[in-house]
Amino acid sequence: MAAIEVDNLQRRFGDEVYAVQGIDLQVDEGEIYAFLGPNGAGKTTTVRMLTTLLRPSGGTARVAGHDVVHEASDVRRAIGVALQEAALDPLMTGRELMRLSAVLHGIRGQESRDRAEDLLERVGLLGAADRRIGTYSGGMRRRLDLGTALVHEPRVLFLDEPTTGLDPVSRASIWDEVRRLNDEGTTVFLTTQYLEEAHQLAERVGIIAGGVMAAEGTPKALKAEVGVPRLEVAIARGDIARAEEVLGRHGELLPTRAGTVQITLPGGAAEVAGIVRALDEAGLPVESLDVVQPTLDDVFVVKTGRSLEGAGEAAPA
Amino acid sequence: MTAAVVALARRSIRQTFRRPQFIAPILLMPTLFLAVNTGGADSAQTLPGFPDVDGFLDFELAGAMMQASMLAGITGGIALAIDIEMGFIDRLLAAPVPRPAIVLGRLGATGAMGVLLSAWFLALGFVFGASVHAGVAGVLLIAVLVPLAALAFGTVGTALALWAGRASVVQSVFPLVFVVVFMSSAFFPRELLSEPANSIADYNPMSFIAEAVRDPIIGSITATETLKGLLGIAIVGAIGTALSSLALRHRLRAT
Repeated sequence: MAAIEVDNLQRRFGDEVYAVQGIDLQVDEGEIYAFLGPNGAGKTTTVRMLTTLLRPSGGTARVAGHDVVHEASDVRRAIGVALQEAALDPLMTGRELMRLSAVLHGIRGQESRDRAEDLLERVGLLGAADRRIGTYSGGMRRRLDLGTALVHEPRVLFLDEPTTGLDPVSRASIWDEVRRLNDEGTTVFLTTQYLEEAHQLAERVGIIAGGVMAAEGTPKALKAEVGVPRLEVAIARGDIARAEEVLGRHGELLPTRAGTVQITLPGGAAEVAGIVRALDEAGLPVESLDVVQPTLDDVFVVKTGRSLEGAGEAAPA
Repeated sequence: MTAAVVALARRSIRQTFRRPQFIAPILLMPTLFLAVNTGGADSAQTLPGFPDVDGFLDFELAGAMMQASMLAGITGGIALAIDIEMGFIDRLLAAPVPRPAIVLGRLGATGAMGVLLSAWFLALGFVFGASVHAGVAGVLLIAVLVPLAALAFGTVGTALALWAGRASVVQSVFPLVFVVVFMSSAFFPRELLSEPANSIADYNPMSFIAEAVRDPIIGSITATETLKGLLGIAIVGAIGTALSSLALRHRLRAT
């Protein structure tokens, strides 16, 4: 059964502004699905509709088998939500917020206290549980937010830009927790503007731009769709024209920076040995050689006509 | 739903005590106002038409409690607006609790603040020589009327917060609190108010509520005054609840 089914979902603000212009998607149970797009692409609006916080202007969406408009209460019981920029009360302590979340999800008495303790331990905040949230770092706030979203063991977890603004260590910690949750069977729908995050976590990626789905698929399939690997060769003392002639026999020449030659590599890395031999035989000493795989940013550029904002911030952790 | 309302009310009470800008207007401002009033205007009790009271403080206590209740109601609205502004309300809306529980939790906290206010001002009054003529029954009546009044004013604060969604807008209503209080018999007898305050006070629900609270302090409990007070609370509460419901519906539709 699909955990999330979206059909022609739309959201209009006022008469003319369409934040989401009719998207379709399906997320299977137990899957991690990343919704990738720049600021203002419609990611958060989509999440808000799927989590019943925003009423769609058109189309339908079902989450955990329930319609987000007509069965909103059932949806809320089945989902966990960690919103963008963790909407936390800085005056509460971590423990207070965790217990409040438990009570709001129908968990009472000792069970709510036990659940709060377990989750605080799970997200590594037991030591800071009695501190006010206002004193927490960005990473601690995100972990607490994630913990509160798990208090009722949701079937589907929505994470809206869970690592935006976090340092690499905090980001990796959130990623580990998301993977662990998914291993336990939770379906995860996350929005992100970080290519690396989508690549690291998601089994499938949906690319949204300007409120429409530009592409969808596994990262591997999406990258294969937009192109083949490339080989970039820097020649030590060389005759670039001659190098272009030699390399041009192995693939299509691509524009690149001065002192290097770049070609497509339709056969992948297996072709590299033959190319090196050809360059050697031609007396062209190779200074460096890089096989460049297509990235999700390449996919984004091809599908939307522009590069993904903030992509450069997503350093691998 | 009850557990959620109680949990949310507890959170709101903690929030009030942890944010000085919330507790100061509720307790400090009316207390200072009471001190200044009783210290500087106590000769007013010698004016013809002023009720026969043991002391000016006895008369003013009800006004201070009303002022504080109204400020508690508005402050509750500011707190709700802050929740809306910072997105905390989304956390509550995404949880499987009935929407009214979110508002009721906030109002529950305002009502609880009303209990505290009545205790604070009565204690203050006793320390500085005031007394409740109607005895324990009078104290109990005050302990019921003041929280109910705070609750009723809280519905107005809630409506403002839900409509505006911005704390600064709700906060801008603070001066109106003083207008409503001074256009009533909260601090001075209606007979001594000049026009148009006198006529406005005749219809201002605040007058009915203040007089019902004052009744057991300066005299005995009378059914008429108590019922008028409850009617005043009911009018404010009904208007506030209707506006809050409309505003909540509007906000949920808009989001």
